Amino acid sequence: MNQWSNFIKGFIKENPVFVLLLGLCPTLAVTSSAINGFGMGIATTFVLICSNMVISLIRNFIPDKVRIPSFIVIIASFVTIVELVMQAYSPSLFEALGIFIPLIVVNCLILGRAEGFASKQSFISSLIDGIGMGLGFTFALTLLGSIREMLGNGSIFGFKFIEGDAILVFILQPGAFIVLGYLIAVINRIKKSA
Amino acid sequence: MGKVESSFKNMVITLFIITLVASFALGSIYNLTKGPIAMADNEARENSIKEVIPEFDTLITLRVKVHNGPDSLTFNKGFKGGEYVGTAIATFSNNGYDPTQIRIMIGFLPDGNINNTIVIQQKETPGLGTKMKETKFRDQFIGKNPSDFKLKVKKDGGDVDAITAATISSRAFCEAIENAYQTLKKEKEGEK
Repeated sequence: MNQWSNFIKGFIKENPVFVLLLGLCPTLAVTSSAINGFGMGIATTFVLICSNMVISLIRNFIPDKVRIPSFIVIIASFVTIVELVMQAYSPSLFEALGIFIPLIVVNCLILGRAEGFASKQSFISSLIDGIGMGLGFTFALTLLGSIREMLGNGSIFGFKFIEGDAILVFILQPGAFIVLGYLIAVINRIKKSA
Repeated sequence: MGKVESSFKNMVITLFIITLVASFALGSIYNLTKGPIAMADNEARENSIKEVIPEFDTLITLRVKVHNGPDSLTFNKGFKGGEYVGTAIATFSNNGYDPTQIRIMIGFLPDGNINNTIVIQQKETPGLGTKMKETKFRDQFIGKNPSDFKLKVKKDGGDVDAITAATISSRAFCEAIENAYQTLKKEKEGEK
C-alpha cells in the first residue's frame, strides 16, 4: 500500500471517530473542552503507535486463538507505563491528563487497529497507520471539543470570548451526542463530494 | 492471520512469555518511577501549603480529629521566626458528584480568615464541577472569616456563589472547608 495514503486515510477517509466510529466512549466523555480532547488524543496516539509497532513485530509468533488476550496485555502494559512515567517526570501533565489515561485501555480504537491492521501488516505500515490514525483521532477529538467548548462555555482552548455562561447543554453529555451527530453528517458530505 | 498453528502447548507458552515480559517491564518501570513519584507528590503537597499560607520557615504537622467524626485532618502550622503565620489544612469531602474524594488544601490566617484554597484532587464533571479549580470560584473565599461568612451555597441559605450547573460539587467544596474551619475552631478551643 502507498504509505502516504496509508498515513492520510486516518484524517477523513477512515477517520476513527467520524467514519469507523471507534473509541466513542472516551470521545464522548472527555471532549468537554478543546484542550481535554487534544490531550486525550495525544495520549491515545502514543499508546497506539507503541502497540501497533510491537504487535506487528510479534504477529507471526502469536497463535491465532490467543491473539486477543495477547494484544490486551500488551496494550494495558503500555498504558500503565505511560501513566507511571508521566506521573513521575511530568506531574503537571499528569494532573491534566491523569483521568484519561486508564480510559485508553478500553479504547476499542487501539484494539481495533491491532486486530484489523497491525496483526496483518509490516512494521513500517503499522507504524505509519498508528501515527495517521492517532493524529486523525486527535484531530476529531480536538474539533469536537472546540465546538462543544465554544457553544457551551463561550471559550476556545480556555480563551474566553463571551462573558458569563453559554449553552451549558453542549458541555453536558447530550451535547456530545448532538455535536458528534452533526459532525458525522458533515464528514459524510465531504466524503461524498470528494 | 497468525502464521503459527494454535496448539494447546504453543498457546500456553505464548501467553506465558507475553505476560512474563509485560510483568517484568511493569515491575522495573514501577521501581524506577516509585522514587520520583513520591518526590513529585511531596513537592506538590509542599507547594500547595506554600500557596495557601504566608511565608514560613518552620512547619509543624499534626493530625487533628474532625469535630464531628472519627476521621482526622492533617494540620500544617506555619511559623516564621517563632511567630505563628497560619495553618494549612488538608481537608476533603466524599459528597462530590463523582465518588472520588475531593481533596482541598485550605489556609487560615491567625485571625481565622481564609487566606487561600487549592484543589488537590477532584474528578468532577469536566467543564462543570471542575470549575472549582478556577480562581473565579475560589476567590470568593479569600479574606472571608467563616464565623460571619456562611459556608453554604446561596440555594441552601449560605453566602457562596455556586458554580452554574454544578451545585453538588459546590456543596461538597463548602462542606470540606466548613469541616476544616470547625475542626480548627475546636482545636483552638482545646488549646485554651
